[in-house]
Amino acid sequence: MSDSSRRNFLRGAAVSAGALTLAGCKSLSQTHWVQDVLYTAEGLTRRVQRLFAGSHALATEYSKADIAPVFRTNGTLDPPTDDYQGHLQEGFAYWEIKVDGLVEHPLTLSLADLRKLPSRTQITRHDCVEGWSCIGEWTGVPLRIVLAMAKPKPNARYCVFYCADPMDDSDDDGVADSNFYYESHDLLEATHPQTLLAYELNGKPLPVANGAPVRLRAERQLGYKQAKYIQRIELVESFAHIGGGKGGYWEDQGYNWYGGI
Amino acid sequence: MSIAAEASQTGETRTRSPLRRIWARLLNFVKFGANADPDNRVPFYRHPVLVRVTHWLNAGVLLIMLMSGLQIFNAHPALYWGRQSDFAHPLLSLTGLRTSAGEDVRGITQLGPWRFDTTGVLGASRVEGAMVARGFPDWATLPGPQWLAMGRVWHFFFAWLFAINGAIFAIYALARGHVRDLLPTARDIGNLPHEIVEHLKLRFPKGEAAKRYNVLQKLAYFTVIFILGPLVVLTGLTMSPTMDSAFPFLPWMFGGRQSARTIHFLCAFSFVAFFIVHIVMVVLSGTWNNVRAMITGRYMIEKSDAHV
Repeated sequence: MSDSSRRNFLRGAAVSAGALTLAGCKSLSQTHWVQDVLYTAEGLTRRVQRLFAGSHALATEYSKADIAPVFRTNGTLDPPTDDYQGHLQEGFAYWEIKVDGLVEHPLTLSLADLRKLPSRTQITRHDCVEGWSCIGEWTGVPLRIVLAMAKPKPNARYCVFYCADPMDDSDDDGVADSNFYYESHDLLEATHPQTLLAYELNGKPLPVANGAPVRLRAERQLGYKQAKYIQRIELVESFAHIGGGKGGYWEDQGYNWYGGI
Repeated sequence: MSIAAEASQTGETRTRSPLRRIWARLLNFVKFGANADPDNRVPFYRHPVLVRVTHWLNAGVLLIMLMSGLQIFNAHPALYWGRQSDFAHPLLSLTGLRTSAGEDVRGITQLGPWRFDTTGVLGASRVEGAMVARGFPDWATLPGPQWLAMGRVWHFFFAWLFAINGAIFAIYALARGHVRDLLPTARDIGNLPHEIVEHLKLRFPKGEAAKRYNVLQKLAYFTVIFILGPLVVLTGLTMSPTMDSAFPFLPWMFGGRQSARTIHFLCAFSFVAFFIVHIVMVVLSGTWNNVRAMITGRYMIEKSDAHV
């Protein structure tokens, strides 16, 4: 064998071994029973983390000096619908958030109503699922105050947040899907003292790219759990009938519902 | 070099044909490594079954952790120091750049002030024939294609196995005194220069000395098991916002969540570095003898060290 043909043979062998391994990993990741086994760890992780963090462990709050000069944006940066753009033109004067589902007193809150409620300001670290972190100061109404007004029924287990930003055409059929971003949290996280319906970032009204006029802050969770452009909060016993049934837009794409890690 | 010297000393090998002599030497190298006397050997029960099982489980689990970890890293292929990401000043970044329209993507690795063109491997590599921007290439990640959600699911499942398997080994090692086998003594440390020279000459301990780990083995195994292992777990947990709320000392201890992420990455590649040295040493000191010892527990040692 000449040097070059040996090299080619070796390269060929390496490439086919690599391709076999890759094909193996890819198909394993797409195999249902493998996925089912791997996803079992999520429940264990959630239970163990909750054992330590409970309902009251607070996310660290930082000082003004730690605030990032520019708070990084991600996901939807400017919802393109006529409805949202109309609200933006009006300065969100007619924006309303409905609180309904399994509650004794369904509510409809305007931005002015929210601003009249007791507020909390916190400087916290935002952790994106991609890996980066950014520190900002958030002001808003603790969600538990709003929930206390609405009085969840005993069988209510989750808050589902419906958002104004339409997501991409995920099935590639050329027709924009009507699926809007949504997210859900259980009542333990929803009633955590640092969980806010936030309307200010760094002392100013929430910028559009960060979820104007109101977004969720759930400081012990990753960024994708912190819904932006909130229009409706529904209390439910189960989210199996909503969207893809996994409890959120990204969860329907395979991301873990438990976003504490 | 010394294999040849050794072979020429034995009259028996001189009578064989050159091809058979090379074959015999190769066989001896695969079995017992460099500078080894193939005769005069006795079996020694080296690795208890718990050590063997946790070793092989760990090998597989670590490979999956590494590859799924690189998949997660690829979602934001940059590292920072501190509490948050200073996007303009990463410590390390792997980016795909298109300098002008129509041009192929170039992979740029930036390490502090230094920039390297690493097209094809880091920053940009081929996926199904097309050059695309991605941190690590698809042959190094699990799953191969860009798929953060699935990478996380693999990583957080096998993280449990890694921690449980490691804990079982650690408890065993502490309970059975195996830690003492791995902890270098003052005498070991004094012997360090000599041991390094011996290793460079590829002369490994024989006889009674081969029944214990030498100081270089002790340092390597102890560091990896009792320092690198816990460190990779703790820095991993520090990246969890819920764990940070439960244990605020975690991010404090590592200088912030982004520092912890950087240390986690360094730990991963320290495991890779250990693995490479580990494999080289296994080959040099006798692939077959070492692999068999880690499977069956039986390790062949030379009766005496008179040979050295």
